[in-house]
Parts: sequence; C-alpha cells; structure tokens
Amino acid sequence: MIGSGSDGQQIAREDASGLVKWLRNNRRALTSTLFLMVMLIGFTMANTDVFTQFKTYRSVMIALPVSIFLVVPLVFVVTAGEIDLSFPSVVGLSSYAFVSIVDQGGEPLLGIAAALAVGAALGVVNGILVVRIGLSALVATLGMNFFLRGFINILVEGFSIAIPEIRGSLIHTIMADDTIIIAGNQGIPNQMLWALAFTALGVFLYNRHSFGARVHCVGDNPESAAEMGIDVNRTRILVFVFTGLGAALAGVFSVMINFVWWPTTGDGLLLPVLAGLFVGGTPTWGGIGTVFGGMIGTSIVAFIETGVIAAGLTGFFTQFFYGLIIILSLIFQRFNGGRVR
Amino acid sequence: MKQKQNDFIIELRDVTKSFGNVNAVDGISFGVRPGEVVGLIGDNGAGKSTLIKILSGVHPPDSGQIIVRGHEARNWNAARSRDAGIETVYQDRALAPQQTITRNIFMGREIKDRFGIIKVNQQYQEANRLMREIGFTSKVFDPDSPVATLSGGERQGVAIARALYFDADLIVLDEPTTALSLLETAKVFGFIENVRARGRSIIFIGHNIYHVYDVADRFVVLDRGRVVMTEDKSAIPAPEVLIKHMQEIAELGHAAEASPA
Repeated sequence: MIGSGSDGQQIAREDASGLVKWLRNNRRALTSTLFLMVMLIGFTMANTDVFTQFKTYRSVMIALPVSIFLVVPLVFVVTAGEIDLSFPSVVGLSSYAFVSIVDQGGEPLLGIAAALAVGAALGVVNGILVVRIGLSALVATLGMNFFLRGFINILVEGFSIAIPEIRGSLIHTIMADDTIIIAGNQGIPNQMLWALAFTALGVFLYNRHSFGARVHCVGDNPESAAEMGIDVNRTRILVFVFTGLGAALAGVFSVMINFVWWPTTGDGLLLPVLAGLFVGGTPTWGGIGTVFGGMIGTSIVAFIETGVIAAGLTGFFTQFFYGLIIILSLIFQRFNGGRVR
Repeated sequence: MKQKQNDFIIELRDVTKSFGNVNAVDGISFGVRPGEVVGLIGDNGAGKSTLIKILSGVHPPDSGQIIVRGHEARNWNAARSRDAGIETVYQDRALAPQQTITRNIFMGREIKDRFGIIKVNQQYQEANRLMREIGFTSKVFDPDSPVATLSGGERQGVAIARALYFDADLIVLDEPTTALSLLETAKVFGFIENVRARGRSIIFIGHNIYHVYDVADRFVVLDRGRVVMTEDKSAIPAPEVLIKHMQEIAELGHAAEASPA
C-alpha cells in the first residue's frame, strides 16, 4: 500500500498545485482579463492623455452595464447548449412596459416589476418554442427578435417616449446616479455597481448553486443529465427565463441612463453582446463557460470604440478593429483547448 | 418457488414500451428481492436496456405497473427512481465529460442547503474519499479534474462511486465490464461482492455469460421484449448450461427444458 512517504508527497503536490489549479480552472476568464489589460495598455500608449483620465473610463461605464445585464444570463444559455438571439427586442418591449407606466405617472418600482414580468414571460415563450415545440434555438429566437420588434413598431408607430421627470427621483439616484465620486463631480455610475453586483450574483449561481451545476450538466451531456434525474427541459426553459429577466433589467437601465425610450431601444446590442460573450471565454459548444469572462468580454468590446477614436483614427476604423480584436482574442482562447469528450 | 410479492424492492407488472413499431418491452413482469444479484441476459435488441431505463425512470412505460416496496409508483421518473434508492450505472456511464469528477458524482443530487447553495467543500471531501475507496491511486487527477481526462475504467469508477455514495438499495449495472481491462473488471466484481455483503441488491446486465454466471444468484433471460426464462443459480450447474439455454432461445424463441416465466 501507499507508505507515509508517498502520502507526504501527495500532500506536497496538492499544496504546490493550489495556485496552478486555480489558474487552470479559471484560465478562460484569465485569458480575457489579460487581453483587456493588454488592450488598455496599448490604447494608453497610443494616447496617454485620454487613457489616463477618469472621464474616459466613466464614459464607457455609462452604457456598458446594459450589456453586462445581458451577457451574464447569456453565458448560462450558451452553457446549457442553447442560444437566445431575441434579447434585443426583449430589451425593447420590457423597457416599453417600464416607460409607459412611468410616463403615465405610475410608480417606477411598479414599472420595473412590469418590465421583469414581460421579460420573464417572453423567456417562457422562447423556452416553450425551443424546448417543448422543439424548434432550433437559433432560428426560433431570431424569429422572436423580428416578431417582437415588429410588434413594438405596430404598437407605437415610430414614436419615442421621454421621461425626463425620472431625474432626481430616489429610484433614479439609486440606479443611475454617481455616488462614489472620483474626480470633480464625476464618479462611478451606479449602474456600473449594479452590473458588477449582478455579475457577482451570476458567478455565484453559475459555480456554487445547483441551478448552475445543472446548467453545466445539461449543456455538456443532456442524456446523462436526464439519466441522473435532472429535469432537462425545465433547466432549459429556466435559462431562457433568466435571459428574459436580464434583458428586462438591461432595458430599464437603458431608459434610466438615457431618459428616453425609443422604438429601437436594444436594437444595436445583438452583435456586441454576443461578441463579448465569446471573447470573454465561453465556447460555443456548451457545457462550460465563464460569467466573469463574459463581463470582461463586453468590457473589451465597449473599450474598442473609445480606444479607436482616442488613438486618433476615424470612426471608419471602429468596425475594422471590432473584427480584428474579436478574432485575435478568440485565437488566444483557442489555446485554452477545444472540446473534450 | 415464488416468494411473497411484497418481498420485492421493486417490481414491474406487465410493462410494455414501444418505439414506433418496435415493441422493445412487450409485457414484462419482473422483480428484485433484497440482497440478491439478478443477472439480466439476452441478445442485442432483447429489451435489456429499455427495461432498465423503465426501472430507472428514464423511459416512462406505455402500460403496466411499477411497484416500489409494495406501493404502486405514480409519475415514475429518474429523480423518483433515485429517491426510491435505485442507482443505475449506465452503459454509457451517464457522465458529463467536461465537468469535474465531483460534479459528476453529485450530478442531479448535489449536497446543498435549502436555498440550493452547494456545499462545495463537503462535496469535494466526499468525492476524494470515494475515489480512494474505489481505488483511484493516480496522482494525475483529483476531484477537480474533468472526467474527460480519465480512462474508460476510471470513468466507470466515477459512475460506480456515484452509486456507492448514495448507498442505494438496488444498483443496476448495465454492461459494466464492457471495454474494461482484466484488472478493472476484477475491481467491478469486487465491488459487486461488497454490495452483496451489505445486503443490497444488484441487477447485472451483461453479454458475457461467464461474467453473469459468476456473480448472479438468479438469471432472467429476455428475448424480443419478453421474459423467456427465470432460473435460480442452483438449477443451472455451469455457465455452459446457461449458454445452451440461450442458444435454444435464439432458435426456438423459448428454452427447451426450463419453463417460460
């Protein structure tokens, strides 16, 4: 049998590999974090003036939270082996529920509840289409995206709704004002703090909660998950509901930030958020992923535009660098290994 | 020499299941008593896998009853089957290869508090203990290693560790020695003896009649979705006799000497 010597050796090995293990287990999130840092250093070298000023970072942090509320649940969806492309229109429709209640003098909290209810309901619809009726998630949710945007257009006939009266209200101060002041009268936008708290919640659910564990198993091998008594269909529907809730929060924050709801609210988010998700280190094949990496990935995408302009290039270069940086970071993620079976 | 029916841990009564036009299970009645090892044998397509997937709740039967410790089970599914103390080690191992050994052992049954928060450390410690118990001495992996890094026998070990942890009353082993080395096969047999010694029951499904003969107390032979023979080991003096019965069944559709069940 194993003597005390080899036991001691084993303990020594475990001690020595603690950091190595942590690095190994978090390599996807770490890769994207490293990529973000390298990118920011590059931007700083290109335009030191702009990238040493707090207001540059603040300008990114104003709108970035909207993407973070979307990317966190999307990591769950992709890990479960599904995809949801309907979120831009879910953002639009759920925030319409919010804005119409506030516009008619209703309680903002009631508006938020209504937005969440709309988001969750649309998540259930997506889940039923994909899980119960058995449509392809890619096509069904893409269809839902067009359908819901069309529904919005029919509903409001092109009119936008402004709610400037929300400024100064307690709920707006809590959600979208600057509380932590850094420079002058500018601080970290509260929506960024909420988005980080949401990320932390997502990380916890993903890694430490049975829901996250089941999402992993369902995406990795649905047959095995079913054989071990996991309700695979329920888990799949729940990830769509989670995305609906995230989209509703994203929508509410978008209106809180802009004081205006447009019929196009959420429209431009589809590609940047998906890019951020994959750049962050969640692979396309399901079973694994990283919530923290997703947050970092959307940050990478958000900084590209600012960086390109600050580096002295014209806006014409933005898309070019979007593509370049997305492909480069995916190549880096490739070193973290392909799919194992 | 039938014992009282309420002696069974689980019993299937006249269960059927078809997939399209194929009657995979065509009216099977079958039960398992405490502490016995049942060898379930039959050719490919005899309905063995479908039968155990009905037992483990993966496939709902089209008709028939499932009786658990004397009570008819309603809305039988995989979670209920596990709650009833039935653990199945599937032929495909039922593993999620990208997940850690720990997550695989506790798949669908995490150690968690009432809010669903997983007790990560406890799961890790239990997984570590189980791996030692199974005889994993490799230093290359630990409970945090993904299952994809394991060999076939080691993967089987994880699937068995799962059954072991939950201390099931009945363990179903579907072709457990397929693709295993001799040493690993011996380990599986050791595990079966261990389970039997603790008074638990086993259903052992296998192609290799010699393996089945060695471990089983009772043989149930399936053919084309029906039970064609049920015999205690005392009635079968040698594995060759069992093989002869099997050949007759393949030719005639039933055993010549033994009475059909």
